[in-house]
Amino acid sequence: MKFKSISKKILALACVVPMFAMANEGGPTLDKFDVNTHDLESLQRGAQTFANYCLSCHSAQAMRFNGLADIGIPDQQVKDNMLFAADKVTDPMKVALNPKEAKGFFGATPPDLSVIARARGADWLYTYLRSFYRDPSRPTGWNNVVFDKVGMPHVLWELQGEQHAVFKTEKNAEGQSVQVLEKLELVKAGTLTSLSGGKANTADYDQKVGDLVNFLVWMGEPHQNLREQLGYAVLLFLGILLLPFVYLLKRDYWKEIH
Amino acid sequence: MSNNSKADQLLGWVNARFPLTKMWEEQWGKYAAPKNFNFWYYFGSLAALVLVIQIVTGIFLTMNYKPDAQTAFYAVEYIMRDVPGGWLIRYMHSTGASMFFVVVYLHMFRGLLYGSYKAPRELIWIFGVMIFLALMGEAFMGYLLPWGQMSFWGAQVIVNLFGSVPFIGPDLAVWIRGDYVVSDVTLNRFFALHVIALPLVLIGLVAAHLMALHEVGSNNPDGVEVKKQPKDPKTGLYLDAIYSHPYYTIKDIYGVVVFLIVFSAILFFFPTGGGYFLEDNNFFPADPLKTPPHIAPVWYFTPFYAILRAIPPLFGSQFPGVALMGLAVISFALLPWLDRSPVKSIRYRGNIYKIALALFVVAFCGLGYLGVLPSTPSRTVLARIYSVIYFAFFYLMPFYTKIDKVKPVPSRVTM
Repeated sequence: MKFKSISKKILALACVVPMFAMANEGGPTLDKFDVNTHDLESLQRGAQTFANYCLSCHSAQAMRFNGLADIGIPDQQVKDNMLFAADKVTDPMKVALNPKEAKGFFGATPPDLSVIARARGADWLYTYLRSFYRDPSRPTGWNNVVFDKVGMPHVLWELQGEQHAVFKTEKNAEGQSVQVLEKLELVKAGTLTSLSGGKANTADYDQKVGDLVNFLVWMGEPHQNLREQLGYAVLLFLGILLLPFVYLLKRDYWKEIH
Repeated sequence: MSNNSKADQLLGWVNARFPLTKMWEEQWGKYAAPKNFNFWYYFGSLAALVLVIQIVTGIFLTMNYKPDAQTAFYAVEYIMRDVPGGWLIRYMHSTGASMFFVVVYLHMFRGLLYGSYKAPRELIWIFGVMIFLALMGEAFMGYLLPWGQMSFWGAQVIVNLFGSVPFIGPDLAVWIRGDYVVSDVTLNRFFALHVIALPLVLIGLVAAHLMALHEVGSNNPDGVEVKKQPKDPKTGLYLDAIYSHPYYTIKDIYGVVVFLIVFSAILFFFPTGGGYFLEDNNFFPADPLKTPPHIAPVWYFTPFYAILRAIPPLFGSQFPGVALMGLAVISFALLPWLDRSPVKSIRYRGNIYKIALALFVVAFCGLGYLGVLPSTPSRTVLARIYSVIYFAFFYLMPFYTKIDKVKPVPSRVTM
């Protein structure tokens, strides 16, 4: 029927339109990061980095310490290595830092990181943590490509070393010359990076940040692996078992309707 | 079969005191439905299913949620992490909210395809538009509860719209919020409205929608009034009618299983719907001092939001946009009187209506698409064009449906 094809076209159109709706807000391009929340060792390394470098200023109050058992970190290990501001492993990950004082130190209270990966996205975090550069005009001496004038200092600088920003001059829409960031250049190696003959090797640092981002993504939704596992079971049940049964039942009943 | 007769006795006892069997037979069991329902007729029962999902999951969420500006954001995370099965209940509810609008929009589109709003079904349709309005209110209030940035600023923007109403606007906005800004007071009252007031209204309207339908009888893809047909002497039914039970019971169950597969695929693998069902920015806790650079409502409101933004302000007042956005929703209720076509179904309508409907769908989807994007001058022009098409579909309808060439409607349905 002619109408059927029209309605099909309308339906197809209605389905396709939202796909183009990806809002592109501009801003710096983000490096892609392949999240793998099934890699327990990576998550454990990330948790360690998180406890050592983030948890002194940033809380993760929706996360309890003993929740780390889900990624294979036993309570005793948590007790021995991570309980700085908390007393019990059942406590949420809060910080001792006074929010008012923190605002004085950094210009803003460090945000809670429980669901930061869900708000920012893994790519943003992965790029952000690798995009600090020296900027003497900032109070902390650091600035960031994806978060201009960020209040946070580069807490991982010992690991990454120092990056400098290389600018180039471009004409903007009004024809004025403006300074545009071209790239970041590693000028001083850290403990996880090296410089040889002007070539920077950042693989170890990238891996360290990658583990941390993996952990942040996992922490954003600790049940996500279970969710997917359960999803396969539910879809198998509905699609393989229930659907053919219900379809045959329907066909059988409707045989007599002409 | 002594068991059976015991059960029959019990049923007889109940029936002598309460019209149980009578209600079942009138509303479903012996309801004579046209036999030619197609794909588009699944969405009514699916909307009822989603309503049940929302109510049941909502009850369990209410047990664990705290409607307090200090605790609401982390109460949701508490449900997601510490409440056993809480993440599943919460995702069912959040996925259900978006799927409610998906099935309701498809259900409404079915009405446009087959003229289901035309006499004698005007009241069914009006109850339906009222359900749609109540659902929009329900979704809007519910979206405040996670108390994220989009919850807060979305509510701020929408409530401020009421502030643009001439004379009473500012007082009206304060009356809705209970405060000068969206605050703890607003959160508490929206919670009350979301969990009890609007669900009661919705259930009442759905009951009225169904009772009116089962009184008048269903329309169908041919627009043939099966109740006007003679009855088949063998079955005692109208020629093209069948009993809902078991035929549509089993067919709707089949639809439910297909729907649940789609629903589960989203729930278990894409619960944020790519940032459209659960927006990224809503994972930042509400901060009254930090306005997000881009505030977009959830996808199901964006067609109307795009109309609002497309209308230029008049004497510095946003009211024309607000009024037209309201009209965009209310216009659906006027369809039974705007449509002058002698036939119901698109199958027997002429090309003018087919083109008008196709343009309307393009405009509606286009507005929805523009509504999620930040506005730019060229997008505003496009949104204005779509808005004109949107309203032209409704308000030119008395003319174009009158001159449209229609085909004769057969006396029997086609399968």
